[in-house]
Amino acid sequence: MTKIFKSDDKENNLEINIEKLSSRRTFLKFSSAAALTAVAFGALNPESLSAKTAFLGLPIDDDKSGAVDLGKGDFGVLNYAYALEQLESAFYTQVLNTRYSGMSSSEQAILTDIRDNEIAHREFFKVALGKKAIPALQVNFTTINFNSRDSVLNTARTFEDTGTSAYNGAGQLLKNPEFLLIAGKIVSVEARHVATIRDLLQPSSAYFSGDDVTDPATGLDPARLPAEVLPLVQPYIRTRVTGNKLPKPKN
Amino acid sequence: MDYNKPLLESVEPDYINEMTARREPIEKARNMAGAAATTIISFGALAGTAFGQDKKLPGKIVDVLNFALTLEYLEDEFYRTALGSSRLIPSDTQDVFGQISKHEVAHVALLKSVLGSKAVAKPNFDFTAGGAFGDVFSNYQTFLAVSQAFEDTGVRAYKGQAGNLKSNDKILTVALQIHSVEARHAAMVRRLRGETPWIVGDSRGTLPAPTQPVYNGEGNTTQGGANVAGLPGMSTRIASQAFDEPLSKAEVLAIAGLFIRK
Repeated sequence: MTKIFKSDDKENNLEINIEKLSSRRTFLKFSSAAALTAVAFGALNPESLSAKTAFLGLPIDDDKSGAVDLGKGDFGVLNYAYALEQLESAFYTQVLNTRYSGMSSSEQAILTDIRDNEIAHREFFKVALGKKAIPALQVNFTTINFNSRDSVLNTARTFEDTGTSAYNGAGQLLKNPEFLLIAGKIVSVEARHVATIRDLLQPSSAYFSGDDVTDPATGLDPARLPAEVLPLVQPYIRTRVTGNKLPKPKN
Repeated sequence: MDYNKPLLESVEPDYINEMTARREPIEKARNMAGAAATTIISFGALAGTAFGQDKKLPGKIVDVLNFALTLEYLEDEFYRTALGSSRLIPSDTQDVFGQISKHEVAHVALLKSVLGSKAVAKPNFDFTAGGAFGDVFSNYQTFLAVSQAFEDTGVRAYKGQAGNLKSNDKILTVALQIHSVEARHAAMVRRLRGETPWIVGDSRGTLPAPTQPVYNGEGNTTQGGANVAGLPGMSTRIASQAFDEPLSKAEVLAIAGLFIRK
């Protein structure tokens, strides 16, 4: 595989050469200060955050947050994925910080793994996008009852099914085949998540890949374009997110 | 969705008619339930535009689709045989494997319809892999083990071919739509076996040693040159399980070849 980035993270310095990411040469240097900032923002230990600041570790600040535009080209698509991963990781962080009553140890282990996987995706996009990354989004989970297993797991199912369909629809929008491969590496993990969440909701049934989501006639999962996904997730994101400059599918 | 456009009518008109007929009641049921998730890019879109106007598929794409078809043949016959074997699959997981089988049947039909006369013939399979899994259709645990190996291989196989489909967005998207379904299957079967739904490192878990090639390379933690394990809050385990890895065509055929009679 051709290397897209060169990394060198000795002594807390992570230098990432992303010149091959686009036609423009970009060289970013992440210093230990950036790593410390990430720690401060809660990426390192979500468990230690209070519920009040658990939303990406940022204080809630409604009025100052203007709309965030995802941008154009491959970077726009990657920012789109980064936005979705921010949403998912914030959600599971909150789920683990305010556990619903009766969460079994096996459920807790699964939800913890999923949270950590989503954080891995989020942190990967953040470092890959570097200066082109959108800022941390503020989320809005007021419609979710974190005390209710039913509310939490059905929200998780919705987020994961939506995320899977979003990656399936975004593959064709990416120009760089290396990005397509990385998106492929992530989407199958999202699909593993949702199969698992669905199995928690309706154990050992057809629901893990149910006819409500996987087309029974073709055996295909949905593929959604950003224009359809963004309205689905916007109710959960306080920051307004726009994607009008994202690539459009051919035909 | 427009089913009036000429699809592969020069290829397999019967199949298309069948698909259309089968879909209509499903669409109706969905509309009545009011719970339809809109599938923007679905079989109809594929059928309407990808091939009707471009009947000559590039050889590279034909190769990838035939490779995929071979794997789907393998999975399809495997599950149909298992479901037809008495006292193999317990009643409480019949629905799981019925659902998986239904999808594999559909994947075979879909790929054959796209390939038309260029579709490869179904190989003769030996699901015991020359005796290594001799009781695969009489011992549920052996069946589950082979199932997990097939599904995890399938996920890696589709992932490895995505880049080869970039010249045709419709076909690429359909391949991705199959890919995520295979990942659902893999996660579910892994849960039935008591494994984590995601692959940790390059561990085959409790699967027997001959399955190790299915997991080789899954321990990778470097994505696009970035060491994910070194990012804030990460560990080697998380950085590995959060990303599934591809297999090359040759690697997949080495695995699948164990189950194909020469």
